[in-house]
Amino acid sequence: MKDKKPEELKDVVLESGIAVKPVYGPEDVGDIDYDTEIGQPGDFPFTRGIHPFMYRQRPWTMRQYSGFGTAEETNERFKWLLEHGQTALNVAFDLPTQLGLDSDDPFAEEEVGRVGMAIDTLKDLEEAFDGIPIDRISTSLTINPVASVMLAMYLAVAEKQGIPMDKVRGTTQNDILKEYIGRGTWIFPVQPSIRLIGDMTEFCSQKVPRFNPFSVCGYHIRESGATPVQEMAYAFEIAIAYIQEVLGRGLKIDNFAGRIAFNFDIHGNLWEQVAKFRAGRRLWAKIVKERFSAENPRSMVLRMIAGGGGGGLTVQQPENNIVRGAYYALISALSGTQTMALCSYDEAYTIPSKKAALISLRTMQILADEMGLTDTVDPLGGSYYIEWLTGEMEQRITEVMQQVEDFGGMVKAVETGYIQREVSRQAYLREKQIQSGEIVKVGVNKYVMDEEMSEVEFHPFNPEVIAKQKSRIKEIKASRNGKEVKEALKALRKAAQTDENVMPPLLRAVKSYATLGEITKVFKDVFGEFKEPVGL
Amino acid sequence: MHEKRIRVVIAKPGLDGHDTGAKVVAHALKDAGMEVIYTGLHRQIEDIVKTALEEDADVIGMSIYSGAHLPLSKKLMTQLEEKGISDKVVLIGGNIPKKDIPVLKEYGVDEVFSTGSKLEDIVAFIKDRCEGSK
Repeated sequence: MKDKKPEELKDVVLESGIAVKPVYGPEDVGDIDYDTEIGQPGDFPFTRGIHPFMYRQRPWTMRQYSGFGTAEETNERFKWLLEHGQTALNVAFDLPTQLGLDSDDPFAEEEVGRVGMAIDTLKDLEEAFDGIPIDRISTSLTINPVASVMLAMYLAVAEKQGIPMDKVRGTTQNDILKEYIGRGTWIFPVQPSIRLIGDMTEFCSQKVPRFNPFSVCGYHIRESGATPVQEMAYAFEIAIAYIQEVLGRGLKIDNFAGRIAFNFDIHGNLWEQVAKFRAGRRLWAKIVKERFSAENPRSMVLRMIAGGGGGGLTVQQPENNIVRGAYYALISALSGTQTMALCSYDEAYTIPSKKAALISLRTMQILADEMGLTDTVDPLGGSYYIEWLTGEMEQRITEVMQQVEDFGGMVKAVETGYIQREVSRQAYLREKQIQSGEIVKVGVNKYVMDEEMSEVEFHPFNPEVIAKQKSRIKEIKASRNGKEVKEALKALRKAAQTDENVMPPLLRAVKSYATLGEITKVFKDVFGEFKEPVGL
Repeated sequence: MHEKRIRVVIAKPGLDGHDTGAKVVAHALKDAGMEVIYTGLHRQIEDIVKTALEEDADVIGMSIYSGAHLPLSKKLMTQLEEKGISDKVVLIGGNIPKKDIPVLKEYGVDEVFSTGSKLEDIVAFIKDRCEGSK
């Protein structure tokens, strides 16, 4: 093949709309001041990382998303993952649980135990964590509109294990605004949903100081079709909405900002992702310091879980996803994440098999132990291209944030469906680009093969789960103290109707073995339900 | 003569919140000149059938990613039959394993467009079924 002349070179434009030159040099980074714009790792504005020695001191936490069927089955998978070197848990709940429905609800029937484990009462969660020392293992609970109920249950499990609240570590995902944009497990209208997040944050800042009450998810927004720039901009606007809610209760920013966590997505162009995270750290630090007048540097750091996104994986030639997962993990390590999770190679189809889950875990372990990714902090820092691109990303993220603020802020933008429309339009555009071959996906629109041989094995669904959960609910309802349940739910209703914090009455309600469905119904009665803007 | 536009109800049944695929298809059908009614999330099968009746839909496209496509599709087909509107073209999309496609067709589903399907194929199939029969 003949080499192309410079003027014949193909244009490269990143998903975020940034045009990339073939070569970068000192002239592209000449006006960046190291001390103020980049800074040492662990120092404001944290561009290079949030700790001075990063992985040299402590490698990233490895936390695969898992859970299915009954609490008993999930408990077995948790223990298996921990035995194989996983260092924290990330709990998947089934859809009825995520939506506050009991397993015996007629609308829940087809979904009980399918995409995660079924939790109806405290009893189920006790079983899921049986024999797991929850003061030593930090747990991420992937649940949103009823996160407050799950936090109460988790604290009750801790109490039964003899662990005081101030020793409990973990995270509830609890980012309702992104649920309206993507992922779709919402129940209540926007305002009362945010109030619940405020109640939890306030309660945790006083009683459960090592717990992250919410984790703001750019991840699902990106998975729903947003560009990397929109992912960061929308996540930051969401975080700002929660911060404003909590500040409105009289808390100081430094009381809780250090417990804000983020969850971001990795797929697409390697350099764009790395620059996205570096830009994100710098911008978030500036926002918390300058806009919210934080004084404690720990309030300003962008703490994140960043993992290989399902959106990058393909149904076609599924084994290619093992390779993609390895690159996503590499990006995650080069980006200075605190926690890593990888979608497994069969996850575009099904709940990961043990084999697939283990390959994901080994991928992260190989990077940490064999490849030198923990040797030195931010090894791409100082690259002409990366530093230039970090600046470009920061500028574009700022612009998209401004668009949301001009619209009236994230709450309004979600209530009216503005963000949902922006994201679905972007998803359509991206899908057209993939179908036209403008965005290359190997095995999908290039190097396509006839694929009779590559069906992966599906996670078997156990239909007995429904019967098991149903009879369990019956048993518990027969054996619990009915009067206490009634009174606890009454106290919860009163709190929901006033501005009393719902967490103390929630703790009482879960300990009385009120079901998740009974508790959610109280909230539905008081708050009503979200009406989805369905315009495209 | 003014041709009647093809009317399509795009539906998300049950609790599954993966709506990107449904919305992408909805955009593509709109671009192809069809009238698209999107139900939004968490719809019961009863609601979807009701919407199809009220909107006088030619096509119902249901998108499912949770693994519950067999029971949900069966329920839809039974209710369409009960309401006497089993002539509607029914399409299922989402995360559907190959081995389930014949089962769905046995229920009476007209075609399955699982993840990775071409948008132009979906448009062509609908046009063929709706315009071809007129």
